[in-house]
Amino acid sequence: MTSNHTPAASGATAGAHTPAASGATAGTHTPAASGGTAGTHTLSVEKLTVGYADRTVIESLDLLVPPGRITAIVGANACGKSTLLRSMSRLLTPRAGHVLLDGREVHRMPAKELARTLGLLPQSPIAPEGITVADLVGRGRNPHQRLLSRWSAADDRAVAAALDATHTADLAERSVDELSGGQRQRVWIAMALAQQTDVLLLDEPTTFLDVSHQVEVLDLLTDLNANHGTTIVMVLHDLNMAARYADHLIALADGGLHAAGDPAAVLTEDCVRAVFGLDSQVITDPVSGRPLMLPIGRHHVRTPAGA
Amino acid sequence: MSTTTLEAVTRGRVRRGRRRRAVLTVLTVAVAAVFAVSLMFGQTYYPPDDVLRVILGETVPGASFTVGDLRLPRAVLALVTGVCFGLGGVTFQTMLRNPLASPDIIGISSAASAAAAFAIIVLSLDETGVSVFAIVAALGIAMVIYLLSFKDGVAGTRLVLIGIGIAAMLNSATSYVLNQAGQWDLQAATRWLNGSLNGSTWDETVPVLLALVVFGPVLLARARDLTMLQLGDDTAAALGTRLERTRLVSIVAAVGLIAFATSATGPIAFVAFLAGPIAARLVGPGGSLLVPSALAGSLLVLVADFLGQFAFGTRFPVGVVTGALGAPYLIFLLVRTNRAGGSL
Repeated sequence: MTSNHTPAASGATAGAHTPAASGATAGTHTPAASGGTAGTHTLSVEKLTVGYADRTVIESLDLLVPPGRITAIVGANACGKSTLLRSMSRLLTPRAGHVLLDGREVHRMPAKELARTLGLLPQSPIAPEGITVADLVGRGRNPHQRLLSRWSAADDRAVAAALDATHTADLAERSVDELSGGQRQRVWIAMALAQQTDVLLLDEPTTFLDVSHQVEVLDLLTDLNANHGTTIVMVLHDLNMAARYADHLIALADGGLHAAGDPAAVLTEDCVRAVFGLDSQVITDPVSGRPLMLPIGRHHVRTPAGA
Repeated sequence: MSTTTLEAVTRGRVRRGRRRRAVLTVLTVAVAAVFAVSLMFGQTYYPPDDVLRVILGETVPGASFTVGDLRLPRAVLALVTGVCFGLGGVTFQTMLRNPLASPDIIGISSAASAAAAFAIIVLSLDETGVSVFAIVAALGIAMVIYLLSFKDGVAGTRLVLIGIGIAAMLNSATSYVLNQAGQWDLQAATRWLNGSLNGSTWDETVPVLLALVVFGPVLLARARDLTMLQLGDDTAAALGTRLERTRLVSIVAAVGLIAFATSATGPIAFVAFLAGPIAARLVGPGGSLLVPSALAGSLLVLVADFLGQFAFGTRFPVGVVTGALGAPYLIFLLVRTNRAGGSL
């Protein structure tokens, strides 16, 4: 399935994730903040062209992020994955085209208003020296606070809920500097949760984590999606993790869309060859039933039986 | 969400808030105390009620001149320049996420100092002219440093190194101006190279006070945005901070404070550099450092000036004392970053 430009067609992905059923207002989100609107925000990209200085990274890209679902963006190094995510959250201004959230142009929305609906966890956020976990997570409340407003009970509740959801409550008083990589990543996700956005973008949230922490983070994001209907878009390096956890898989190649849709339809041997220039065998993952890509290198390949 | 977590979160926040308020109270009391002491003590001692009567405008023989015309302008100027240097310094340090990126290290104080020396000695401008000249020069140099260090964004380390180079050039320009004018006397030299409060009058104090009234609230209104910048540009923007506007407003306000203060007293060495880290150590991480560093800055200048005048056999200008305090800290910072393996 090369160049499927109708991502919306994949909407009805089957499987265990039926976020809509789980009630968007329960749990950590205060009713006022989400009001049952989670899972209904539309995020789309139209004819987007972005780049840095003299280099165009993405050229005339069209995308539709399925609301209330988990989308993973995969692609080779330097294919524009992070650039796409950064321009979707207005960290980069497009040269041409639009990013639309509920039909409004993201780059023209007031910064704080956008940050109450759309959150982004960048690849390498910086923790101020010595800051405690609770304080750092509290920074996620910034878009909900005014110039002179004081810290409110709602802010405390959001921080506590985010700590609980990420299992970091017992770290609350610790300094972020002292934490392990896995703990630190959970704290950053807690900060993004305290922001209480219905759409959450994450740039490689599992990089530098060992496999158990990777699974932990991805499970956490799946819970968030299932419990609140939060739309999740993440850039992932690991194709197999992406295929397992995403409802919707987007494969980028050379700054353009190569394929988008159900992981089973997108993650094929042809796709891996086109996007990564790698021969592979794609089988069905016996654990999840999702596609599993096994790379074929120049070594350690068994001669096929009977050849 | 569990209620125990909520309680723990609330408790932790209240405790940190309490510590912050306690530290701010102690700092304020200390500033007020040193301010009072520097009005009362000197070559002659005047009791508190004499000082108070002078401040209220009554004429007290002896005290009216010594306290009203000599000590009061000097103490007020020390207090106000300390606040200006503290605010300006910590703004740059927070914005550039680097304790070395203080205006007195990266050449902005040097620019204001060189411009002020040039304006007074060569152009013979009055106080207002000097201040305007200094702020224009400081903003210009800030822009030059920013542009020179711009390459795919501004990296803190590159900016610091370029700023140190520019500062060295500007300091030699100051020396040259002092030399050319044939006014190479100790008084002028220490003022424009190290900073001094000797011979302070109200004429010098008032413009700095006005600058603080104008730029101080502008910076305080950006306090939360500045703390967001500590998280890195991407995270700050994702949390609703307007990066370019915050940077522009903060740079103009901080440079304004530094330039006005410097044109009155010279670049009192290392106050801008020290106030922020001292404040951070005292109030702990998390909140905004603007108000704590303003207090730490004024305390530094008041104490250093008092010590410089009376603690040693001879009178040292305030900049010599703060320089002696700041230099070891600079070395400590460099050694620590070197051990951590970073370039800066």
